[in-house]
Parts: sequence; structure tokens; C-alpha cells
Amino acid sequence: MERIRKHHLFWPVLVLVALLVFNLLYDPDFFRIQVRDGKLYGNLIDILFFGSPLALVAIGMTLVIATRGIDLSVGSVVAISAAIACFTISKGADQNDPGLVATAILLALAASALLGLWNGFLVTRVGIQPIVATLILMVTGRGIAQLITSGQIITVISPNYKVIGAGTLLWLPVSVYIAALVFALAALLTRKTALGLFIESVGCNPTASRLAGIRSVTVRLFAYLFCGFCAGLAGIILSSNVSSADGNNAGLWYELDAILAVVIGGTSLNGGRFFLTGTLLGVLIIQTLTTTIYSTGVPPEVNLVVKALVVLAVCLIQSEGFRRTLARSLVSVRPSHQRVEGKVTTRG
Amino acid sequence: MQEREPLLVMSDIHKAFPGVQALSGVHFRLFPGEIHALMGENGAGKSTLIKVLTGVYPADRGEIRLEGRVIQPHSPLEAQMLGISTVYQEVNLCPNLSVAENILIGREPRRFGRIRWKAMNEEARRLLEERLHLRIDVTRPLGSYSVAIQQLVAIARALNISAKVLILDEPTSSLDRGEVEQLFSVMRKLREDGLAILFVTHFLDQVYEVSDRITVLRNGRLIGEHLTENLPRLELVSQMIGKELKELEELPKEESRVADWAEKTLEAVGVGRKGSVEPFDLGIGKGEIVGMAGLLGSGRTEAARLLFGADRADQGRFVMSGEDTVIHSPRQAIDKGIAFCSENRKTEGIIDELSVRENIIAALQASQGWFRALSRKRQEELADEYIRALNIYPPNPEIPVKNLSGGNQQKVLLARWLLTHPKLLILDEPTRGIDVGAKAEIQKLILSLAREGMSVLFISSELEEVLRISHRIAVMRDRRKVSEIAGEDISRERVMKAIAGG
Repeated sequence: MERIRKHHLFWPVLVLVALLVFNLLYDPDFFRIQVRDGKLYGNLIDILFFGSPLALVAIGMTLVIATRGIDLSVGSVVAISAAIACFTISKGADQNDPGLVATAILLALAASALLGLWNGFLVTRVGIQPIVATLILMVTGRGIAQLITSGQIITVISPNYKVIGAGTLLWLPVSVYIAALVFALAALLTRKTALGLFIESVGCNPTASRLAGIRSVTVRLFAYLFCGFCAGLAGIILSSNVSSADGNNAGLWYELDAILAVVIGGTSLNGGRFFLTGTLLGVLIIQTLTTTIYSTGVPPEVNLVVKALVVLAVCLIQSEGFRRTLARSLVSVRPSHQRVEGKVTTRG
Repeated sequence: MQEREPLLVMSDIHKAFPGVQALSGVHFRLFPGEIHALMGENGAGKSTLIKVLTGVYPADRGEIRLEGRVIQPHSPLEAQMLGISTVYQEVNLCPNLSVAENILIGREPRRFGRIRWKAMNEEARRLLEERLHLRIDVTRPLGSYSVAIQQLVAIARALNISAKVLILDEPTSSLDRGEVEQLFSVMRKLREDGLAILFVTHFLDQVYEVSDRITVLRNGRLIGEHLTENLPRLELVSQMIGKELKELEELPKEESRVADWAEKTLEAVGVGRKGSVEPFDLGIGKGEIVGMAGLLGSGRTEAARLLFGADRADQGRFVMSGEDTVIHSPRQAIDKGIAFCSENRKTEGIIDELSVRENIIAALQASQGWFRALSRKRQEELADEYIRALNIYPPNPEIPVKNLSGGNQQKVLLARWLLTHPKLLILDEPTRGIDVGAKAEIQKLILSLAREGMSVLFISSELEEVLRISHRIAVMRDRRKVSEIAGEDISRERVMKAIAGG
């Protein structure tokens, strides 16, 4: 029991379970899943479906944060990627041409990876603090996206493109498979090669890592590049789902949800140890919370306030210091004989 | 020089920290119109004494008298009000404020709550010119001036508050020769004005150049107070290091040190770096242990960092196995078979959150690259092997390395480098702050590695240790390599003379 409680995923799992139990008590229908036209429908499927773009962004963010960095530009990269993909398709004679769709996707992904590399370049070579370096692209990125779309919302009519964000494969949304694939890729890349060790080492102690011969510049460049790539992929899913690119609103505030998911998952903003599974749980918690708020009919005005309160509670419960303080104040309220008992047992 | 009334007297000062008696029964006097050097090796208690004097720490016991009155400063601010001002090694000013603001911040001339900028600039200018002979534009930001000027501005700020005592804590460590001269002329001028100056430095030459009186501390105790002219350098060094000159004769000679070191693993030819180490030559033979001796700040670490590429040498060249070679980064050095254990175990050695296993394999994995990952099983085998070989305790490869004691962390770092099978192992203070048992184990290990053909550069502040295991000793002083002593010539006296110089 003690070992389970000490496991780094204990608290995220507990919070997720608590949220689900709340829903079970409030409305058992929350868990109902229906099959219609070879597709699964239900709140749980919605959580997975809406959570997948966030999961993609958060996976990339995890690696960046592990190197003691942060990437505020992911939301803007989402918008740029969406704009490039939709713009390319909209210029085609046949918008449904598979070749054209593939070109559009590759262009968007390449551009996103390049933007990530640019962030990494600013951080590692120019030496700008990550929060400032990526703030630059966060601000200008929205402008770039609008330049690409000429300030309009580009709409495309391309069933082949729409498959990515709205299609179904074996009962589940295609985007869920994409997120799962990238998660597996990231896990393999970091745990089956030495990359994970290098990232944690660089994030934990950059000086010592350099003296141990780890190429910290390359490691950090990769993290930012991968993060940009993930954000680009999320942008494609989001724009494909609505068949349009909105430079202003696509991926708006994604960076904040992604950072939140990483932190809830147990990765420290100070860098070092990172937990991809934790991040995934963080994403599920955030998405479950959103869905719960909608399905319980909380008025939209207080929606964000409720979310903020729950997130605050989640963060506090993860802090050992807070738990200890809480436990102490609870204990002191109890009758005194119980405290004596507690003392005896600890002595034994 | 006749004895006058001292301005400041600290008597029988005691100060303990958990586990350490930092000061025990220290007496210290400071005379007006005198520059007084406070000397001692690391951990001798110099900074603790200064911090007690300036109110950073309260003394456990003892008394401080300033002009005959007992004082008990509770903070640096209070000490400053009493007339005791300090200028620290790193300038504690705001580089983005103007020089005038830095000097007068908190005491700006005001009218109706509004700062009178003109008067303020005027006053700052006058202060710098009259007291320090320094003519600079006081409206420019402090950060636009050199460290030396910033140091002088810090002094000006300290002086402004009706100072009687001025404490300079290693003010020269980041200055070049000309800047040191400038600082010294200011110090001499202030001495003429009747100020009592307490000067802390590691540079012996500077002590003899500028100070009138020297107090030596060792292990938290007062060793002696002398007029500079009456204290020969060698005597000063032996007081600091703690070996009586008489002891020197009876040096126990270990095994014969005769060997042929013709085959050099690494040769540095005229290697140096501006502002860090003067160019030096150093060759390390196969299987040879070269000790590097010298006081703290003498350039030992800086020299070692150049050999490993931790800092890039801007002069000279390296030769390995007869061929010119480039060492620009730790990476390149590691690829060429050089390993380096930094003296800063915490900040430059261990990666504290990671496990013992991960710390041990870090360098080997780094040299293999991303994709040739050591399997988990192989990692565990290697970690277990070295945990056993080096007797690392607790013998658990999965706990975070930060939970280990200093000595065991050092062994983890040794394991990290031994795993890469280096040709040259550079050890900077590998035994500092670790217990006697671990110390002996590490020394034994170094000897056996050398016997197997590894070259070792061994840096230590403990002369004993250097003498015991080195085949040859390079001595550094004031950022220069001043001497090389080999084989039969190695004696404590010769090394100490070389360290003292003069």
C-alpha cells in the first residue's frame, strides 16, 4: 500500500478516479456508450476525442519542460499549422486529391517542426530565456497565421482531409489513434534510446551534464523541435475537424492547458524527471473536468471558475507540504485520545 | 610603527554551526590607518569572522568593541550605521541603475519627497573624485563599466556612510593586473585618510604589496597576528597550511619513484586563457600521477579546466600521442580519453535527482550517443560492478544520488569516469569534505589505476596528500605555473617554498 501511495502516478490517478466517481453518482448515464453506424458515442469517447489534440501538445511540452524550458508558442504553432494545411488545400484544383492533402499535411508539419527548431535556436544559441524566446513566437505566430489566411477563415471542402480530425477507424475517432501513436513514439524515443536520460540530466543539472559529455544543445534543440511538430499535428487535427483554419482562435490558450497537464502529471517546472504517462493523465483530468462541467449544466459564466477551483485543488493535493499541513490541522481537531494512540503506534 | 589604540577589537569570538565549530576563541584587532590582511585556507573561518563582525551571524560568545564601546550589530545595516562597511567579492549593486543612484540609493538628496537629480549626481561625482580619484560619468548605468570600476563604486557607496572600518572581501579575484593597481592606490589613499581596512585575499603577492599587518586563521582558530614586514612568506604559508617547518625534515619516503615517463598521454604547450591562467607547459606521462599544488585561487582548477576543455584555452596547443590535437569542449576531451572530476561535486558533478545507476552510466552513455543505448540490464551490471568495486554505500543503484554522503557521491563520480576507461583522469579536490576512510580508499584507488597505466592529474589543497601519491608535482601561484618538482626532489619544504614564492 505504501509503495502504491508513493508511486508518482498515485495522485493523478486518484484525482481522475474521483472525477469519474463524481460523475457516476451524479449521472450514471455519463458512462453510457452507444454504437451508431459503426461509431462509438458517449461522454467517455468525447473525452478521448477532444483530449487528443491537447494530449499531442502536452507530450511535446513535457519534453521541453523536462529540459528546464517551456514553450508558450504551441497555441500559435497550432494556428500556423492549420493555416498552412488549409491554405494549401484551398489552392488546389481538386481539394480532395489525396496527393494534395498529403502535401498540405507534410508542409504544415515541416513548418511546425521548423518553428520549434527556431524556438530551440533562440534558447540554446542566442541564449534567450525559454519563456521570453517562445513568447516571441506566441505573439507573432497568430499574426503569421493570419498573413497566411489573409485575415480570413479559410474553409476547405475535402473529405480526405476531414478524415484526420473527424473520421472513424474501428469505432474510435482517427485522432485518438494519432495521439496514441505519438505517445508511443515519444515513449519509445525517450525510454528505449538514451534520449530520456539525456533530457532529464540536462534539465536537472546542465553544467554537470555538459562536463559529463552530454551535448545539451542538441538535446534541447530536439525537445523544442519535437514540441513544435506535436503542436503542428494538433493543428491539423483541429482544422480538419472543422474543415477550416481560424488564425485567431485555433489552439487559443492551448499552451496553458498543456503546461497544466504536464504539471498535474508530476513533471516539475524546474526540469529533470518527466512522466509522459502522468502528462496523459493530466490531459484526461482536464478534459474530463471540462466535459463534467458541461454535462452537469454549470452555467457557462462560472464554468472557468469551477475549472480553476478544481485545478487549484489538484495542484495542492499533489504538494506533500500541503498534505502534511492539512493532515496536521485535521488531526488537531480530533479528540485527544486518538492522538495519543497515534503516538504509540509510531513508536512501536 | 608604534602601537596605538586599536579601533576595533574582537575578543574570544566563538561561533558554531550544526556539526562545525567555525570559530573558537578568535581574537582580532584592527588599527586605524592600516591595511590588515586576513589570511587562511578555505574553511579557516575568515568569512564567518567577517559575518560576525558585520552582524550577519550573532556570535555564540565573545565581544566586539569599536572605539572602546561594546557593539552588537544585528544586521549588516546596523553594522554600517556603526561605521563598519563591507564590499563583497561579487559586486552587490544594481547594474541597470546609474552610478550615482547606486552610490546614493536610500539616501538621495530630496526636496518635498522629490529626488534632486542634479544634486545627487553632483554629490556622487564629488565623492568619487575626492576620495577615490575616479573621474567617470555618474549618470551612466553601472553595468556599462568594468568590474574594477564597479568595485570602486561599491567602495564609494560603503564609504559614504561615515565609515571607520572598510572590509574588502576578495576584491581582486576578478580584476586584471592594472585594475588591481588602481584598487591598491585607492586603498592606500583611504589608509592615509585614517580608515581601517580589512582585506581578504588569496593572493600572497598582493598581501605583501599592500598590507601592513596579517592575521592568520586555521580551522576556526587564531594562529597569529604579525606585522607584514616581520612575517616571511614561507612562515605565512606554513601557518596557513598548518605544518611546522621543523616537521619538514622527516618526510617519509614511500616506494621509489623511479620510472620512465617518456611516453606522454597529454602535453600542454603554452596553454593559457586570458584572465584565468597564464600560459603553462605540462606533460603527463603514461601511468604517471602528477600532483598540482598551490593555494586556493592559485589557478589549479582553472588549469585543469583548460586541459578538459571545460573552459576553452585561447593560447597554446595540446599534443596527444605525438600529434597536435584540439580540445575545445568536454565532449572532445572525453572522446580523446580525458576525464575530469570537478571540485564542485554538487553543482558540476552529480546530477542530483537522478539515480546512482544513471549517474554512473551518464558519461559512458553520452560518449555512445542517443541510439546506442545501454540496455537496462547492462546498466545494472555496470552499476553493481562499480558499487562493489568502489564500496559505494548504500549499495542500492536505484536511490537518488543526492541521498548519498559526500564521500559516496565522489565515488559515484569516480565510477562514472572509470567506466569510460580514460587515458587521463583529472581529479580536482576529489577528497575534499569526505571522511578519512573514504579518503584513504580513493588515494589507494588512484595509485592502483596509475600502476595499470592510467595517467592522473591530482589536485588537492592538502599538501600531505599531494606529496604522498604524486610522482611529480606542479606548483601554481597567482595563476601561474611556477615550478615543477619531480622524483627525489619532492619534499614538503621545496613544495611549500614554491607555493609561497617571493
